[in-house]
Amino acid sequence: MPVVLDADRISRTLTRIAHEILERNRGVDELALVGIRTRGVPIAKRLARAIRDINRHDVPTGALDITLYRDDLMRHAVGPQPLIRKTEIPFSIDDKKILLVDDVLYTGRTIRAALDALIDFGRPKAIQLVVLVDRGHRELPIKADYVGKNVPTSPTQSVQVHLTEVDGRDEVEITES
Amino acid sequence: MKKDLLGIGDLTEDEIHLVLDTAEAMREIAQRPIKKVPTLRGKTVVNLFYEPSTRTRTSFEIAEKRLSADTLNIAVAVSSVVKGETLADTARNIEAMAPDMIVIRHASSGAPHLLSRICRSRIINAGDGMHEHPTQALLDAFTIREHKKKIDGLKVTIVGDLLHSRVLRSNVLLLTRLGAEVWVSGPPTLVPVGLERHGVHVSSSIDEAVADADVVMMLRIQQERMHGAFFPSLREYFFTFGMTKARVARAKPDVIIMHPGPMNRGVEIDSEVADGPYSVILEQVANGVAVRMAVLYLLAGGSEED
Amino acid sequence: MMLLKGGRVVDPVNGRDGSFDVLIDGDRIARVGRDLAVDGATVVEIPSGLVVCPGLIDMHVHLREPGQEHKETVATGTAAAVAGGFTAVACMPNTSPVNDNAGVTEYILKKASEANLARVYPIGAVSRGQQGEQLADIAELRQAGCVAITDDGHPVATAMLMRRALEYTRMFDIPVIEHCEEQTLKVDGVAHEGYHASALGLRGIPGEAESIMALRDISLAELTGGRVHVAHMSARQTLDAVRFGKARGVRVTCEVTPHHFVLTDALLAAPVPYDTNVKMNPPLRDAADRDAIVAGIADGSVDVIATDHAPHHYDEKQVEFDRAPFGITGLETAVSLCFDRLVHAGCVSLARMIELLSVNPARILKIPGGALSDGAPADISILAPDMNVTVDVARMRSKSKNTPFGGWKLRGGVAATIVGGRVVFVNGDSRLRL
Repeated sequence: MPVVLDADRISRTLTRIAHEILERNRGVDELALVGIRTRGVPIAKRLARAIRDINRHDVPTGALDITLYRDDLMRHAVGPQPLIRKTEIPFSIDDKKILLVDDVLYTGRTIRAALDALIDFGRPKAIQLVVLVDRGHRELPIKADYVGKNVPTSPTQSVQVHLTEVDGRDEVEITES
Repeated sequence: MKKDLLGIGDLTEDEIHLVLDTAEAMREIAQRPIKKVPTLRGKTVVNLFYEPSTRTRTSFEIAEKRLSADTLNIAVAVSSVVKGETLADTARNIEAMAPDMIVIRHASSGAPHLLSRICRSRIINAGDGMHEHPTQALLDAFTIREHKKKIDGLKVTIVGDLLHSRVLRSNVLLLTRLGAEVWVSGPPTLVPVGLERHGVHVSSSIDEAVADADVVMMLRIQQERMHGAFFPSLREYFFTFGMTKARVARAKPDVIIMHPGPMNRGVEIDSEVADGPYSVILEQVANGVAVRMAVLYLLAGGSEED
Repeated sequence: MMLLKGGRVVDPVNGRDGSFDVLIDGDRIARVGRDLAVDGATVVEIPSGLVVCPGLIDMHVHLREPGQEHKETVATGTAAAVAGGFTAVACMPNTSPVNDNAGVTEYILKKASEANLARVYPIGAVSRGQQGEQLADIAELRQAGCVAITDDGHPVATAMLMRRALEYTRMFDIPVIEHCEEQTLKVDGVAHEGYHASALGLRGIPGEAESIMALRDISLAELTGGRVHVAHMSARQTLDAVRFGKARGVRVTCEVTPHHFVLTDALLAAPVPYDTNVKMNPPLRDAADRDAIVAGIADGSVDVIATDHAPHHYDEKQVEFDRAPFGITGLETAVSLCFDRLVHAGCVSLARMIELLSVNPARILKIPGGALSDGAPADISILAPDMNVTVDVARMRSKSKNTPFGGWKLRGGVAATIVGGRVVFVNGDSRLRL
């Protein structure tokens, strides 16, 4: 299986994105990170750490489960419902610049669900999208603001992001499904 | 999950935990400025209530609305049932309007089972006669788990009118399944036959039953059902089985006191206890919404019976 | 004349169990003997394995006419009876109006004669309107054709009324048939008081509700010298009460139903929870009661098997369990259940089964039948002990289909039924050609 990013590249990529975030937003006062479960959450936490390493500032970080907002939820008559995990956003998002974080950007449907969910928590000043990998094949008009790596794929392939916090190792690979 | 939730027996142990875990996630929605998710958009839920029950009906209705389901409340006065159409005909009529789920409360044990045989909609039992009230037991377990971080190995004592209580039956099935040591106490006239076959300790001594309990659950004395002279007077009942501070003192120091409501203060529970620091009665009400959201969500999906 | 040739004749009263021929002349039995040869008689060859016996008598059925013809009529009920192998039935008086006067008795008999299938023996009410207050006109009922009295559906309301009924009926030597139930103990119970009813949240009826009343009635029979017959006995305590009475020489007899010797209250919970076709009164009891009843059948304590055939319309049964009427049909499943669960199970002999279903009912009600004697009415059942039967509710003759036995596979059935020398039922599934 071709490895697109190894542990070292992932680490350097996130550091680079942290710098880009600070550059574009000129300071951190209004920033907050929200990771999409599952793997967006550890990435958001790593970004928070990277930002602190750069300027000693703590950016509030939350976790968002978008299952309840999925547009395919009730379309399948057969099979059990997907597991719902906790959404934890322990701060007000009103007037914040929210950095929405996910591992892979693909059709855009997850981000659509996440945007709907976020709006239910308040009225942020802006929402920016951070992804580790953009694999193309968008089905909705959604574009990331910060991209770790653009990886051209065919629809039959699958992009697997492994993170130490969840999977025990850092690696991004492409598999044929 | 099975198609319907008619009783605790419809759930495996894993499914009970799934409901409780899902409820955990659902509870957060109540903290949001906009307490609503689009999950059950386009789904229709009929709340068919043959018994007046503000608490349970409201709880289900809020749960349904927070999940964006379209809800329809049908409250059937018992008097009109006598002259009017049968439950089977009502069910067929409702079914003709193609709802996705029917939540039923009925004074007859087994009414949800009859509905289930007639309807393709998913049926949720919101209390049937003296049989079961599964969502109440699930919210009780959720509340216990939140406070004690576990259920296995806890001593849970249930006191009151055991005979007529659907809350008791559902709780006994659920708590024994999850490994709790369940004690029940009440006058011998109000103890159902064969209860000990569920692995429950039956004692008419409330002091013995409450001793070192982790959880004490009080059941309502249903004064409207006491026509059979099950005990001499409410005064004597309180004297013998009422939950007072002195009796609570026999339990573990961190005991929690529960009550499914509505309470009869001064009959089964002293106000001092109901309003005391160990009382989690209002938390139960709040948790009820989250647990019912979890049940609605999980049942709305596919089922192996489809 | 018709000659039944080659069957196994089982006729306990005449001490016959073997290969005999039965000659029928008109509506009477002319002769029973070996290798009969009669010129001009139509010969019916009875295939080997079939049993020729005195016509079965169900002494406890509800034909619902007059008044509840949507459930059953005398015509449909007797059609069910002959299909079930019964040549005679005794029908309960809880019709609308109640059979407490000669007019109703005569109406039932007229309907029976129009239907012209099984013989029908009406049973009159103990009390006027079955209200439990004053005695019905019992002599008039007897005169019109009633063979017993009962307030079935309910017990006789008071000890004094029961005492008077037992005393008064001594004039005719007819039994008072009692639905034993202490109603202040039953209250609003709907199922046997036990684990299953408790778990399902159904109000219970303990076995003692039955035995208390049986003991009252047995004591009163002893006091008065009257005859009491305990109907549809279900509880082991009642069986003990009957044994106690018999040991004291009291004139007490009793009957049990097939459902009480086959089923238990576990059926309340599974396979169909709250199935109203397992709701009857007295209720299905627990396994200990059921086993005691079977033992009572085996040891001779039980005198009669009767069905308590209680038809109810589908709509009446498709309601909440506690709102459903009590009762199930029984006429078309009784013989198969007796064969399968009693004879083939080794509990009783075939001869004893025929005593329970024919000899004893005839003796208790003092009606013709129960024996294949020369000159007796030609009421004959031809049974097929080894026929494989699948209970098919759709094919039942009864107007109502409220049975818990639908789909059951049983060994033993009915081949044909002959009433007054006339073949009124032939089972197309049997090898018998009539």
